Amino acid sequence: MIDHSIDKNGVRVVNKKRPVNLDIATISMPVTATVSILHRVTGVILFVGLAFLFYAFDLSLDSQEGFDQVVNALQTSFIAKFIIWGIVSALMYHFVAGIKHLFMDIGYFEELESGQLAAKANLVIAAILILVVGVWIW
Amino acid sequence: MVTQITSFGRSGLYDWMMQRVSAIVLSLYTVFILGYLVMNPDLTYDQWSALFEATWMRIFTLMTLLSIGVHSWIGLWSISTDYLKATGVRFFFQSLCGLAMFVYITWGIQVLWGL
Repeated sequence: MIDHSIDKNGVRVVNKKRPVNLDIATISMPVTATVSILHRVTGVILFVGLAFLFYAFDLSLDSQEGFDQVVNALQTSFIAKFIIWGIVSALMYHFVAGIKHLFMDIGYFEELESGQLAAKANLVIAAILILVVGVWIW
Repeated sequence: MVTQITSFGRSGLYDWMMQRVSAIVLSLYTVFILGYLVMNPDLTYDQWSALFEATWMRIFTLMTLLSIGVHSWIGLWSISTDYLKATGVRFFFQSLCGLAMFVYITWGIQVLWGL
């Protein structure tokens, strides 16, 4: 696999003139990489989204009026529905990817084939959950 | 060698473990809350506030709040050390995350015990 050559002292050294491609735009992302970066992206979304969840949590337990306000917003406001759908979608993805991660911790899905399959399953399961959540909210 | 003074537990293995322990708490809470909301479509304020007045729910929720802090700190710390190479920028980002995390936990405790 690795290119070797003999240097002037007769020692075998790794040939450093191997081709290197660091032009990210020409490298297609493997599905496993896409799934991994989305795990990070959804994590950041959740951290920001927590502000909305805490706000709703606070308001809903503050008083009957506050509770009604939250329920009303989630039943009538498109923006409120969209925000909660976005947050819960990120949560669903992050949840599925996290479970996949735990499986990988105990040694599953580590081969190329099973890894790619698990990554695809992650995308499919998360997509289904996100659709279900959308139906639930609307 | 990079001294990881700002990681959560000052040891990679400890962080690794805490990330998983907090993940399990967070996933259990997620399943519980979503399940509760799905099963109670006509939820009332009395029901909702009674839920959070129960001691076991306060324990579960406080555990979740602390897990949010731990989990988001380790996650965002990892991301910031991967992508933010300038020390000043990274420090600023991590400070912001630390502050937000602290605000979230305090806010949550106040909601829970401010009933």
